Amino acid sequence: MPSPQTSITDAAQLSPQLFPLGDAAVVVQFGESISLGTHLAIQALYDHLGQQPFVGLRECVPAFTTLTVYYDPWLVSAQGQHPPYERVCDILQQRLLVAPAAPLATIATVEIPVCYGGDLGPDLAAVARHTGLTPAEVITRHTKPEYLVYMLGFAPGFPYLGGLDTRLATPRRAEPRPLVPAGAVGIAGMQTGIYSLPTPGGWQLIGRTPLRLFDPTAYPPTLLHAGQHLRFVPISEAEFNRLSHEP
Amino acid sequence: MSLSVIRPGLLTTVQDLGRPGYQHLGVVLSGALDAVALRVANLLVGNPQTAAGLEITLLGPAIRFEADHLVALTGADLSPTLNGQPLPLHRPVAVRAGTVLAFGAARAGCRAYLAVAGCLAVPLALGSRSTYLRASLGGWHGRALQADDELPVGTFSPAAQRLWQLLAPAGLPAPWVAARWLPGPALYPLPHAQPVIRAVRGPEYEQFAQASQRAFWHEPFTITPAADRMGYRLQGPALTRDSAPELLSSAVTFGTVQVPPGGQPIVLLADAQTTGGYPRLAQVITADFSALAQARPGQSLQFQEVSLAEAQALYLAQERRLQGLRQAISLKLLA
Repeated sequence: MPSPQTSITDAAQLSPQLFPLGDAAVVVQFGESISLGTHLAIQALYDHLGQQPFVGLRECVPAFTTLTVYYDPWLVSAQGQHPPYERVCDILQQRLLVAPAAPLATIATVEIPVCYGGDLGPDLAAVARHTGLTPAEVITRHTKPEYLVYMLGFAPGFPYLGGLDTRLATPRRAEPRPLVPAGAVGIAGMQTGIYSLPTPGGWQLIGRTPLRLFDPTAYPPTLLHAGQHLRFVPISEAEFNRLSHEP
Repeated sequence: MSLSVIRPGLLTTVQDLGRPGYQHLGVVLSGALDAVALRVANLLVGNPQTAAGLEITLLGPAIRFEADHLVALTGADLSPTLNGQPLPLHRPVAVRAGTVLAFGAARAGCRAYLAVAGCLAVPLALGSRSTYLRASLGGWHGRALQADDELPVGTFSPAAQRLWQLLAPAGLPAPWVAARWLPGPALYPLPHAQPVIRAVRGPEYEQFAQASQRAFWHEPFTITPAADRMGYRLQGPALTRDSAPELLSSAVTFGTVQVPPGGQPIVLLADAQTTGGYPRLAQVITADFSALAQARPGQSLQFQEVSLAEAQALYLAQERRLQGLRQAISLKLLA
């Protein structure tokens, strides 16, 4: 991962492309590849629009290289003569000029306790075999990095993480499981993530966290959000059971 | 005031206009698939357009009204009856306590909407009453309705009280009385056997082979049985990309036509996940979401390309029609 200093410079040099996603959304595309600089530029525009929304703004969805801005054409059209899409693009171009490059977030790193292997991580042995590491080495390498939450998607609260040790890259399972429990921690190719809802899935499951990634009765309803850092912390099965039963 | 579910029907859920504001956390939008039909139903009973109603899919439920209610049914024609008598669509209906709403054959369309004056008073979940089944979120306990559910209903708005007065000035002379007026036909288009669905080009349109682009706009695509509130898997000519750069996950939404590697497109609906990694060939225009929502598995769709300017003009025209209906009902209440 590049150092933050160079990344902010990179971000300043990006000239984002704007294009429509249908009649009620504009996609702001910052380059074509995943980088910390791109991520920070997206977060900066996201924060800026959150703090100073324009009339008709519905919501914004950050992703790896894009910020998608949903708007209400009816409310936007009431603001002037321009067609809604052009008006929103004008606004976004202006905002891109004034949105500050986001300072590196100083939020505390979120710790995710994970019980690795056994019934809770049935594919730990398969990942060890594929990577030529011992299961203990897989756990050590998986718990070492500080991961960056680039975006949430796929399911409520599901994080797309950057920072996986390349030695741990393992292809998806040939046969997806019909039901993966919420909290399952998996590896798929160069990605690692945490299932936030029980769902079918093909990731290699190396462990499980007792934390709830999505709780609609909480505010905010998700444990994580884009821009956060997280670290996996190994716990025992006894610890997992204890934490699972905490309210 | 409440509604009692005698039979739940195939898939009956509480929906409002969705749950915006949480998509950045991966929480899907949800909401009525035919939002125009729900908004019209709400206007007809004096509710805010954003109020929650029931979305009724193909095989309707049987519901008993436990108090005098003012209701409206819009969207698909699923042969509704009140106490066995055919119930007209698209108008306010005053119903007496104890009356039973039931449904028969699905004559046209796929989803009907029931609005009840006073609104379905289910709790808000993340700012919305819409049901999102996959996460058991919102609606009635996060699930589709079941027999013996009893749904609470709020109290009449002043507009609902006036509408009731107009329909039953001296009390209800029969189990139910329907208004003789209804909105202009543009607000309840008859579902078509092979609907034309207008769309604009999607962000990855140019990556598709010219033959695939042509096929998309000119060949029919059939809705397969793999069709739910998240989206329809379509079957038609295989659509392929000339250049296939690896795509990074980005936003998808209601109306996005995405094409997985197999080449058979998927058109996403209200329960679409918030981001996806398949190329986005096209985006259905908002003004045609209703036609899309009313199409059934087994039916064919014909996509038609429009410009973004046309799409937005059609969006604004639809909003003006809803605005017009709102004003017309207000005038009727003043008269």
